[in-house]
Amino acid sequence: MSFDLLAAAADGLGGTPAWAMLAYLAAGVFFILALRGLSSPATSRAGNRNGMIGMAIALVTTLVTHDIANIVEIGIAIFLGAIVGVTIARKIAMTAMPELVAGFHSLVGLAAVVVGLAAWLNPGAFGILDAAGQILVVSRIELGLGIAIGAITFSGSVIAFLKLSGRMSGSPILLPARHIINLGTLAAILGLIAVYAMSGAGGPGEGMLIVWITLLAFAIGFLLIIPIGGADMPVVVSMLNSYSGWAAAAMGFTLGNTAMIITGALVGSSGAILSYIMCKAMNRSFISVIAGGFGAEDGAGGSGEPREQRPYKQGSADDAAFMLEQAEKVIVIPGYGMAVAQAQHALREMCDLLEEKGVEVKFAIHPVAGRMPGHMNVLLAEASVDYDKVFELEDINSEFATADVAFIIGANDVVNPAAKTDKSSPIYGMPVFDVDKAKQVFFIKRSMGGVGYAGVDNDVFYMDQTVMLLSDAKKMVEEIVKALD
Amino acid sequence: MDFISILSIFVLACFVGYYVVWSVTPALHTPLMAVTNAISSVIIVGALIAAAESTDPMAKYLGLAGVVMASINIFGGFAVTQRMLAMYKKKEKKQ
Repeated sequence: MSFDLLAAAADGLGGTPAWAMLAYLAAGVFFILALRGLSSPATSRAGNRNGMIGMAIALVTTLVTHDIANIVEIGIAIFLGAIVGVTIARKIAMTAMPELVAGFHSLVGLAAVVVGLAAWLNPGAFGILDAAGQILVVSRIELGLGIAIGAITFSGSVIAFLKLSGRMSGSPILLPARHIINLGTLAAILGLIAVYAMSGAGGPGEGMLIVWITLLAFAIGFLLIIPIGGADMPVVVSMLNSYSGWAAAAMGFTLGNTAMIITGALVGSSGAILSYIMCKAMNRSFISVIAGGFGAEDGAGGSGEPREQRPYKQGSADDAAFMLEQAEKVIVIPGYGMAVAQAQHALREMCDLLEEKGVEVKFAIHPVAGRMPGHMNVLLAEASVDYDKVFELEDINSEFATADVAFIIGANDVVNPAAKTDKSSPIYGMPVFDVDKAKQVFFIKRSMGGVGYAGVDNDVFYMDQTVMLLSDAKKMVEEIVKALD
Repeated sequence: MDFISILSIFVLACFVGYYVVWSVTPALHTPLMAVTNAISSVIIVGALIAAAESTDPMAKYLGLAGVVMASINIFGGFAVTQRMLAMYKKKEKKQ
């Protein structure tokens, strides 16, 4: 039985002592506590420290239980990585967090690939040989899957990084017959892994199998992400987060390492849940996001027919300041446009002034605001907005009826009532803010020309109670601040 | 450890992950992604094992490359999470 063989191999796994097994388990528990801490901002910092403790335990245990032949080289490698990592973490702008996370994901993916290749080249070091000196069948499957998932994570994240950082156009790139190509490639990868697992004798073709699995997986990661448009990037980043977890878990199976398996399962479920939340917030199915192409067929619907000119009211910063001062309750709806204009600090100043004048100010955040889950919250936190004033969609939506002013800055699709009423709209069914229930709406927008990601017109522009503030978001808010002073 | 034990740990950890992640407040979803990134670099354990052995130079250098990549992620991931979490403050009336 292969299970018995595996058990025998595990005992001989460099003779991993019992205390080391327990240490890896402890590391896994610390990782669970790290995520648990994130249930509230107050406990989150302790959670992050738990994560660091877990990682330190895993690292030290590995170094102590193995005969390290190249401690100097390893020390240099860790030191190099630490310098680069900490430098990036210190310098990165909070607006660039999505591409940073995508970049980090690509590193996890590539690390999984190189570890898998190293295990295949030197299986003895990983304790995955059977009595006859062959790599175990189970280990072959785990290795093949680990390398494939790692490679998909790597190339997919590189594309996501390029799209998010604007180095590559965010619009979908659609290859003809892409679904057939993608499914064919996936089937080929799985087929090759099966052949590799069965090729017992380790003939000369075996090396080529692993190389092909790796190359095809790199290709499929690339092919999967290029047809996905900018609006769906939050889902893609979450999905790649999930993949990086599964890659770590697959390697954990190969090594029989509990810390890696627990972490992989945690990260895998975390990414999957975030993808689910993002899809639900856009009323898109996961399959349709993965199939890609959203936002590509705009030409047919949105801009095909010339948009009629409808009357709207335009106001000035002074008008806005006057109305805001008079209000009892103001709800601010920030969107990615606010972050692009770097208006968050001016916005916080405006809200501070209003609060000094006795106005109640709340922030309403849509799950898909920003370019990744929770991005807008980080940007507001950076501008020192008190997190007690920041609310999620379902918690605040009923309050618009009692709000005097809804102040929309850099958001668009998330306040579009077409999502509730117009079945033909591409955003139909997406949960949106009921800003039409507020007594007065201020809508900061660069011009009347541009429309949101989804490329649809917004009835909120033309409502009686809406005043359009057409300007750069930062400039407009700064002018309002001046008028309030 | 035999395959079934490993699989049991994996399946149970998936459930733990499911419940723990749902309890994460949406306001902290970006730090969640950053910290999961850091912890998934525990894959450095595999890279260290490969790098520690000199029997196969190719495997050793692949391992060392893995150690560099995973270290960037570990140190960068925890540092950027810490930086973000430090910004989530309650009212302390400044200015």
